[in-house]
Amino acid sequence: MSAEELRVEAKVENLPAVIDFATATLSDACPMKERMHIELVTEEIFVNIASYAYAEPGGDVVIRRSGGEGGEGLSLTFIDGGVPYDPLQRPDPDLTLAAEDRPIGGLGVFLVKKIVDEAHYEYKDEKNILTVRKFIGKKED
Amino acid sequence: MEIKKEQNGTSLTMSLAGRLDTVAAADFEKELSASLDGVETLVLDCAELTYVASSGLRTFLMAQKRMAKQGKMTMRHVQDAVMEVLSMTGFDDLLSIEK
Repeated sequence: MSAEELRVEAKVENLPAVIDFATATLSDACPMKERMHIELVTEEIFVNIASYAYAEPGGDVVIRRSGGEGGEGLSLTFIDGGVPYDPLQRPDPDLTLAAEDRPIGGLGVFLVKKIVDEAHYEYKDEKNILTVRKFIGKKED
Repeated sequence: MEIKKEQNGTSLTMSLAGRLDTVAAADFEKELSASLDGVETLVLDCAELTYVASSGLRTFLMAQKRMAKQGKMTMRHVQDAVMEVLSMTGFDDLLSIEK
């Protein structure tokens, strides 16, 4: 299936447009839970880029989407030209710590890793390229 | 997201409706900072909360840390979609959650 592409400024205010784009191929028959998973993964990745990738005056993010329900699943690729950063290398948070000892960050990437079926990062031509794939509609979750 | 507040002496109930995404979490955090002075019992009613992202979890955690010093925080009527995110991150053990 051919990929569709969206280019937006890496700003949190563009989040609704990015989520609309990421979920555009999902049908009304797509279970709410799966739709929510895609929205959550998209939000965590995009907000990370919008918050940390660029110094002033900022830059763009390209989101490439292919597939959807069934088949090879939904694939989303996030490309930015900011500082090289592989979020997948971030250590998982310690979920056993008590509330007062819990660090405040690191949960977003952890959620992404928990939810998606495949995740791949590469740094190429001075771009961060993060691709995630999620199979939608399979029985086990 | 919409936030409704109902104060009764030192008890405060905040009802959250809609999506607690990154944008809403910033507003929620401000609202909490402005509302918690003197509060000993904080109830977050999540009956109409349909979505939470990690930024929202961080706000819950901050509220929990503050309320642990001055009283107690309880979450109520948490929907399945939100509960799943709380469970995935171990927040179901950190927070006091009533069905």
